[in-house]
Amino acid sequence: MELNQLTAHELLGKLKNHETSSEAILGSLYARLQKVEPKVKAYVRSQEIKNPDLNFTAQGFLGGLPITIKDNICTEGLPTECCSKILQGFHPPYDATVINKLKRSGAVIFPLKANMDEFAFGSSTENSYFGPTHNPWNLDCVPGGSSGGSAAAVASDEAIWALGSDTGGSVRQPASFCGVVGLKPTYGRISRFGLIAFASSLDQIGPITKDVQDAAILTGIISGYDPNDSTSVNQDVPDYTKSLTGDIKGLKVAIPKEYFISGMDAEVKAIIEEAVNKLKNLGALTNPVSLPHTEYAVPVYYIIATAEASSNLARFDGVQYGYRAQSDNLIQMYKLTRAQGFGQEAKRRITLGTFVLSHGYYDAYYLRALKVRTLIKQDFDKVFGDFDCIIAPTSPTSAFKIGERVQDPLKMYLSDIYTISVNLAGIPAISIPCGFTKKGLPVGLQIMAKPFNEELLFRVAHTFEQNTDWHKLKPKL
Amino acid sequence: MKYQTVIGLEVHLQLNTKTKAFCGCSTDFGKAPNSNVCPVCLGFPGTLPVYNRQALNSAIKLALAFDCQIQEHTKFDRKNYFYPDLPKNYQISQFDLPLSRNGYLDIYTQDIPTPKRIGITRVHLEEDAGKLIHETEISLVDFNRTGIPLLEIVSEPDLNSPQEAFDYLTSLKSIIEYLDVSDCDMEKGSLRCDANISLRQQGAKELGVKTELKNMNSFKGVKDALTFEVERQTQLLERNQEMIQETRLWDDQKGVTVTMRTKEGAKDYRYFPDPDLTVFVIEQSMIAQIKAQLPELPQQKMRRFIKEYGLAEYDAKILVSSKSDAEFAESCIQDFPGKDKKEMVNWLIGPLLSEANSRKVKLHELNLKKNELINLIGFVQKQEISYLCAKNVLSQLIETGKSAQDLIQEGNLQQISNADALTQVIETVIEENAKSVSDFKAGKTNALMYLVGQVMKKSSGKANPKVVGELIKRRLN
Amino acid sequence: MSIDKETIRHVAHLARIELQPNELDKLSGELHEILGFIDKLSNLNVEQVKPTSHILPISNVLREDMPCVSLTPQKALENAPSKKENFFSVPKIIE
Repeated sequence: MELNQLTAHELLGKLKNHETSSEAILGSLYARLQKVEPKVKAYVRSQEIKNPDLNFTAQGFLGGLPITIKDNICTEGLPTECCSKILQGFHPPYDATVINKLKRSGAVIFPLKANMDEFAFGSSTENSYFGPTHNPWNLDCVPGGSSGGSAAAVASDEAIWALGSDTGGSVRQPASFCGVVGLKPTYGRISRFGLIAFASSLDQIGPITKDVQDAAILTGIISGYDPNDSTSVNQDVPDYTKSLTGDIKGLKVAIPKEYFISGMDAEVKAIIEEAVNKLKNLGALTNPVSLPHTEYAVPVYYIIATAEASSNLARFDGVQYGYRAQSDNLIQMYKLTRAQGFGQEAKRRITLGTFVLSHGYYDAYYLRALKVRTLIKQDFDKVFGDFDCIIAPTSPTSAFKIGERVQDPLKMYLSDIYTISVNLAGIPAISIPCGFTKKGLPVGLQIMAKPFNEELLFRVAHTFEQNTDWHKLKPKL
Repeated sequence: MKYQTVIGLEVHLQLNTKTKAFCGCSTDFGKAPNSNVCPVCLGFPGTLPVYNRQALNSAIKLALAFDCQIQEHTKFDRKNYFYPDLPKNYQISQFDLPLSRNGYLDIYTQDIPTPKRIGITRVHLEEDAGKLIHETEISLVDFNRTGIPLLEIVSEPDLNSPQEAFDYLTSLKSIIEYLDVSDCDMEKGSLRCDANISLRQQGAKELGVKTELKNMNSFKGVKDALTFEVERQTQLLERNQEMIQETRLWDDQKGVTVTMRTKEGAKDYRYFPDPDLTVFVIEQSMIAQIKAQLPELPQQKMRRFIKEYGLAEYDAKILVSSKSDAEFAESCIQDFPGKDKKEMVNWLIGPLLSEANSRKVKLHELNLKKNELINLIGFVQKQEISYLCAKNVLSQLIETGKSAQDLIQEGNLQQISNADALTQVIETVIEENAKSVSDFKAGKTNALMYLVGQVMKKSSGKANPKVVGELIKRRLN
Repeated sequence: MSIDKETIRHVAHLARIELQPNELDKLSGELHEILGFIDKLSNLNVEQVKPTSHILPISNVLREDMPCVSLTPQKALENAPSKKENFFSVPKIIE
């Protein structure tokens, strides 16, 4: 196997034994990019590639292992543009906290950033200013979104492992569409300082990896209290690799009936049911439950998330950084800059978000949504009172074709139906590959746990993974 | 008066913390442009705020000093609007759960014995914006001031004259100085004031049309602007002209208010709870602790001075207006020998205050040794020097730093009380002032004062006026 | 509930985005559809329910009043589309 095809834990072993080097791994990744990137387009601004400074690294235990970063996580010296025209040329004068942690652990930040839906607005990576990423399993299909670039890069071995961000499913759904592992941690587990905000009360950075062990390692490195983030939780970070016991006997699993609705893809349903059977064979005890407010999750999300986004994106106005439209009058400058700098989906969400907060509509929309959010959270609290975890599909379908949904915003929003409640409730969830459709597209299994119980997620996911071979398959590129 | 003036004041106060509200940048005034800035206060993408503990303590301190009720659960809200001095295009402020409400401030207006209670609606937390410099074609932005912690202090519309508004501001400033939570310097911008004024028929229950006044740069400016407005609005009402709700700017040079172009309707700030900041729970124990640490406030001190030292209210008010002055004065009073402190008080209120005013310094800043002052007063009491002379000696004490004793001897200022020594001068004066002599004999007591005055003049103030008076009376009868 | 073009124009102004007429039309249709979908929330009785603004039960996060290193003006202005000396520069503000 080529170096770029290995997992992080395999490469860490080789680095430790001096069987390979940071340069060699990077070289292997660059070679892979040369070959498949023209087809996959997982990365952006590839013409600007700058070789990373390798002198400083290799102090920490990661020994110079490269990691791919989504374009909305600030990396000092590397452009960070959220794949939007309005942030073009932005070079942050600081590193996100997770980047700091990675560097101190000896990681090398891969010099290209991963493609994404502009400002994380999307479920397909088709809203990127740089054009879509293509699913390595079927180049006519989307990789999912908004962390489509990160997921595709890991799936195509153009990255060893990657970071994405998840506000309504943007790590888990692309992970499921690309047949890789994606975790959204508990809200507050990983610092948001340096993550360019979409919806502040929902955003979390999460790992996208080739297997569960890599996800456990990466989560352990980037988790932890950050005094620069008022919403980060001061709670010890356990050694997640210790959760990889391979034992789930007696595990109490809840299967929410609202996640197996009539509209879902029949093939996906069958594959998920098969996966649930697998878990039962491994000793899990399953039971049907109800999360009665599930149908309200998408409307609640699109009120809260767009409201927060409309405020978070107000700063993109051409004054201090990014694109500025020509005008000799300030208000015109604002209006043209934002009209020309934002894509269609961004304008849609900002307009909707501004509307739901505006005078006369706040109570009917925003305030109401905050109350329904409470009901959704209570649904989960109730289930976790009796069960260890919840199992569900990650997405109602496998990857759809590029262009199929992008003109129908509502249809696109509904593809988040199984992932969104998790962000609203603030709980952790992981997506792992659990099968393929007849057309050869991956299907993801989602496991949810109560707050700060990532250990349980890794245990269940790892056990399932080690008793199947889905994670070993690679796309033919 | 046909119309009643109704005024409410909105004061923005910069707290004197070392660092800004939400980041560790310095709050030092007068630094080079854009040098006290960081990614957080610049509102760079990805950054997050963390509130300054000292700012919260100072805010609670001030709220308690005005007897406000502290909100047990308080939070920050985003106030959304676009302006180049606002990097995030929203201000972190407070909307529906402000830190404190329902306090008051008593003001003492000249000639009116009882204080008037002015309600304080709320005191809440927010952050300052940057500074704009307008050139002809462009505006320049300096973000040094962005993020400095502010308190907004809103009064009830209980003020009924420009003078009361002025008194309110001076009382407010006095209390804030005592608390040492702000520099309160309108020139440096650490205290800013906007006013709301309306007129209504005497006895009317409804408030009249409100005019907002801005751009006053001093307490006097506030008073003058309000005085102008009362006149302007009275004229409009007399002529039955329509009053529109508007904002007007005070032009200090021209002494008029001018209308700002009326904006379209009320502003829609789309307030919502800031998701990047947590709720603040203000425990009773914390409130009690801060309350216990409050210094004696000006009005308490004033009442104590009246009770303990027998001061008149008017005199006490002057002495407590500045904390350092009050401390200096009290120290002098306490060290003054004997139970009767009236002499010392008179000297403080009279000659010392005069000296301070003419030298344009505060009482405590006078270059005066307390003991020398006490000695000087003692000399007057012992009749070794006349009051008139002593006032001159005081000047010299301040200027030279020499001892009172030395100055009296050097200047040969000892009071002449000896009858023999005075006879010659008295005779001369009687000779030169025949008219006054006959006036006195005719029963006009003023004539005696005049004759005594002449003797004082001829003796360079050294004659003992009481003795002189007696001697003249004896001589002429 | 429907959202008329006038409201969208007003909202676009609040958000400082200039919409072209065809964009306004398209957006109007899309938002109408989305709001129609969102309206299902009005089916729920939420009178007794408390809103969730913060999902985490944490409070009182504060920092000490200690100065940190600031950026140099050069670094602060590095990304500025327009600057003059050490100031950010913006076009004239006409109310």
